[in-house]
Amino acid sequence: MSLIKQYKSGLARSKSGIISSLTSLFSSGELNEEFYEELEEILISGDVGVESAMKLVAELKEEAKKLKYKEREQAKELLVEKLTEIMSSDETAAGLNQNPHVILLVGVNGSGKTTSAAKLANIYRQEGKKVLLVAGDTFRAAAIEQLEIWSERAGVDLIKQQAGSDPSALFFDAMNSAQARGIDIVIGDTAGRLHNKFNLMEELNKVHRTIGRCIESAPHQVLLVIDATTGQNAVAQAKSFNEALPINGVILTKLDGTARGGIVISIRDTLGIPVRYLGTGEKIEDLVPFCAADFARALLEA
Amino acid sequence: MMFSSLADKLQNTLKHLRGKGKLSEKDVDAALREIKLALLEADVNFKVVKEFVAALRERAVGEEVMGSLTPGQQVVKIVNEEMTRLMGETQSGLAFSGKGPTGIMVVGLQGSGKTTTVVKLASHLRKGGRNPLVVAADIYRPGAVRQLQVLSESVGEKCYSNEEANPVEICREGLQLAERENHDPVIFDTAGRLHIDEEMMSEITAIKKEVNPHEVLLVVDAMTGQDAVNAASSFNDAVGLSGVILTKLDGDTRGGAALSVRAVTGCPVKYVGVGEKIDALEPFYPDRMASRILGMGDMLSLIEKAEAAVDQEKAREMEQKMRRQQFTLDDFKEQLGQLRSMGSLDEILNMIPGGGNIPKEVKQMSLNEDNFKQVDAIIGSMTKKEKQDPSVLNSSRRRRIAMGSGTTVQDVNRLLNQFGQMQKMFKKMGSFDKKGGIKKLTKGRGGFPF
Repeated sequence: MSLIKQYKSGLARSKSGIISSLTSLFSSGELNEEFYEELEEILISGDVGVESAMKLVAELKEEAKKLKYKEREQAKELLVEKLTEIMSSDETAAGLNQNPHVILLVGVNGSGKTTSAAKLANIYRQEGKKVLLVAGDTFRAAAIEQLEIWSERAGVDLIKQQAGSDPSALFFDAMNSAQARGIDIVIGDTAGRLHNKFNLMEELNKVHRTIGRCIESAPHQVLLVIDATTGQNAVAQAKSFNEALPINGVILTKLDGTARGGIVISIRDTLGIPVRYLGTGEKIEDLVPFCAADFARALLEA
Repeated sequence: MMFSSLADKLQNTLKHLRGKGKLSEKDVDAALREIKLALLEADVNFKVVKEFVAALRERAVGEEVMGSLTPGQQVVKIVNEEMTRLMGETQSGLAFSGKGPTGIMVVGLQGSGKTTTVVKLASHLRKGGRNPLVVAADIYRPGAVRQLQVLSESVGEKCYSNEEANPVEICREGLQLAERENHDPVIFDTAGRLHIDEEMMSEITAIKKEVNPHEVLLVVDAMTGQDAVNAASSFNDAVGLSGVILTKLDGDTRGGAALSVRAVTGCPVKYVGVGEKIDALEPFYPDRMASRILGMGDMLSLIEKAEAAVDQEKAREMEQKMRRQQFTLDDFKEQLGQLRSMGSLDEILNMIPGGGNIPKEVKQMSLNEDNFKQVDAIIGSMTKKEKQDPSVLNSSRRRRIAMGSGTTVQDVNRLLNQFGQMQKMFKKMGSFDKKGGIKKLTKGRGGFPF
């Protein structure tokens, strides 16, 4: 209950945009061409992407026709179902049976990795787990200090080296230290990097390999952090990062603005990568697990 | 992402139309659909797209197709012109105060790149002979003040901060310090904020009132999607923007947000951020951005880079050789050297239309520094005669070269293959004057031999 509420308050903070337009569109009236065209535009304006939007609407149209739907309300329910189906994922966030369980956060510059790392640490600490944060962004000025402040707020340990040091070496130390200290969850921050920078992606791949050499089958989760205001480029991001190291899920951040983050539908649809968490604010508790049904409902109901 | 190139698509759509004539309503409709899709794929806001396409239709219907162009190219030309016009035809610089320090306030959403941009801007203006001061007014994000301090220090810029004061006070004190110590301009780095956060938005309104800046610049992430219009218009309503800085343009995003933001605020883009290094700040060229949004690559930037790297005299000589098809392996080696001095191949590939779609394996191969060294070594192991006429290279000569350069015969063969391809390409290109160069290179996607 409280989760859905928090989620919705993030999504519904703005009455403009996709939510209200969908509500008014769906509220009444008959199913006609104009409705479908408008629907396509609304999806596009929510960053769903032209291709995905057209595909979604075409399918909806066909199914509605088959079911002999006449009302917009019926089509709306159908769309909720479709979106839920696309966005749902069978695998729950990988089991935490192996200790330490290693989670690595990656993404482009400014997407919110460092803040998400702290929020995630907070979630696990509240579950009573022993958490270790790794200040893996050794490039950006003061990124280490930023995570240090967060780690104090979350009340978890932090491993760091000086700015400019090799991230792989840092993670090597961090993995050994985590095992020695009996840590349950290791959360690694990394430097932001644009996905078309070959050398930086190679560096990330090396971090991944290093972690795997220290702890078998680690990292257990690699989460791609995506800013909800990102447009179509997010698909290219997901694709490139996924080529450098296997991405298990997405953290969609900054959902407390007016952006709807519809691009995750394309990411899910084309790459099969599910959304795991949503960032809904600047406070440490503003990170909630993703739920497909809520996402679809919140997208269509104000 | 599936877009190869808008120019190709339009060419396809309009290929039934041969020769000259006027663009009919039907041609225009077909072309406009492609343009609409391209703009949406590039993240231009859909309302902006609608208005833009409507304006295009008005202009394009009945337009004569110029003799040298095909109908497809004619439409692209119109689109490009209209888009350049919409984005402001010329570069816009910063406004400076006549007396006293110029205030430059930098605002934007979280993670858009304000702090980095502030230091880039300060460093850029210092090169222009000014003496800037940066002011750290982001007291909210952990480590933000420290980030600005460290970055400023790294390039020798002075940074003012005060941990006890609120952002409005900090900015006032910063301005006073600038007046005392003759800094000009003063650049205020404000905290990232959501445009719907009323409390935070009223803070920047208060700062603006306090320091009365000459410029209020909105920092926009080039990867922003449809929501760019909401954020930009809210910031504009709250503080009255004077310009925009587009960041992270070194990514492979098409950057449609530039058009959206310009359309809703009317403010020109003044600078673009093109890398993580402090000197990676460039002036904004509307025409280049137009091509990029349309998915036609940034050939102009590429050509400019090439011009900067290539010795003009040598270039002319090279051109003569290409025309006469006397391009030798020695020239090939020299060209490689020049290519390397243009910047990373990664960057260059991304400026070529369709370059972003070059398969990973090819990029990997081409980006490998060792590969360059290998080419150097192989060519270096050839005799003068062999370099001038590779056709004399029989298998025993190839074996000798492989031994001499510490490579294998396969490596030597591959290089000769690449060289052959390059020669073929030059044959196709014929003349290589600047204009023809653009047009033909644009069409010759994938023709780059590396």
